[in-house]
Amino acid sequence: MASGAPRPTTAERKSRNEAGGPGAGVTLLENGSPSAQHSLLLDREHARAVAEFLRDHAVLRLDFCSLVTGVDWPDRETTEKVRVRKTVTGPDGAETLQEVEETHKTRVPGYLEAVYHLYSMTQKHGPVVIRMRTANRGEDARLPSLTPVWRSAEFQEREAFDLYGIVFDGHPDLRRILMWEGFTDYPMRKDYVPPADDALQEVHG
Amino acid sequence: MADELKDLKIELSKNGIFTTTIEEIYNWGRKNSVWPLTFGLACCAIEMIATTMARYDLARFGAEVFRPSPRQADLIIVSGTVTKKMAPQVVRLYNQMPEPKYVIAMGACAISGGPFRDGYNVLRGIDRYIPVDVHIPGCPPRPEALIHAFMTLQKKIEDQALAGSARPRHLKADLPSEFPVPAFGPHGLEPAENPEVFRNEPGNPLKVIQ
Repeated sequence: MASGAPRPTTAERKSRNEAGGPGAGVTLLENGSPSAQHSLLLDREHARAVAEFLRDHAVLRLDFCSLVTGVDWPDRETTEKVRVRKTVTGPDGAETLQEVEETHKTRVPGYLEAVYHLYSMTQKHGPVVIRMRTANRGEDARLPSLTPVWRSAEFQEREAFDLYGIVFDGHPDLRRILMWEGFTDYPMRKDYVPPADDALQEVHG
Repeated sequence: MADELKDLKIELSKNGIFTTTIEEIYNWGRKNSVWPLTFGLACCAIEMIATTMARYDLARFGAEVFRPSPRQADLIIVSGTVTKKMAPQVVRLYNQMPEPKYVIAMGACAISGGPFRDGYNVLRGIDRYIPVDVHIPGCPPRPEALIHAFMTLQKKIEDQALAGSARPRHLKADLPSEFPVPAFGPHGLEPAENPEVFRNEPGNPLKVIQ
């Protein structure tokens, strides 16, 4: 649960314990657009247990994972304008206390996200969208694999690994699927730059 | 053929005597039995298949026999987007074809990468690795366009000299009939193009658009 959120009720706590064990982090991410397709953000430690709960719960029975994809959220900078009082030296050398506007920049580290769309074939409902986020976009771009829970995620997790570089721990066969072995880039990341040798060549008439 | 011989031939044909040359009859046979390779890459291949079917009937041009093996094919129609992952296989198939062999690059993707040009896995035209005889624009080109390309190729075969300095690549021993297969590198294909084939200087014997 996000910090600052209201204390969970007993029922909520009970269902959460049932879902992923004590302390399982499940955050509801609201989608403000007309589609209102809200999603559940799972924490990495309990994601596997929560996923199994979603699949096996008698009412939910989300037995079909139709889609796995990746999202790249690159590092970004936020600028914030703050008014502060400080001493300013004027052109004539006189020091005055003035209210000055300062721009504060904060760097928000990026992360990679995996999105799963779940449906229930038996209960005929869905989709339920779940997400997981990596710690960062570098060495720790790791997420637990949900292939042991939904077998249909296997190739799509490989695709997310191939194009975004998300390493799925516990995946039975994590290899590149579209690009070749030995390719080192992750082409769907926002900062991917294709090789420069593809420049347009002049055509003689 | 020298001009006076041509005139003589026309004169004789007016009097009911038909003459020919080895070159003419040889090329006439070749141009009417061009066997393409059964090979398609993307949506252009669907148009290529349509061209072979009854409505457009490529059989009229002696090309209905699509060969399943490159060893039996005279023509490779590169029909569709060539991905970087597929490009080495396309070059390898071309290398496995016996001479004389021809290439039609069908559609925007095969000639330049087309709408997918900026894709991370898209080769920007097969003419980077193999010599292309006929380029067809279009996305995809209509069957009529492929037929036109085919007739252009037939015209080209018909005009090929069997001897002399103007003879085509497959009759010149010093020009290659196989081209290096690009390798998968860490960021893309290596090399990114074969300059011998791709070079645009006029007079390049491997570049067909002069």
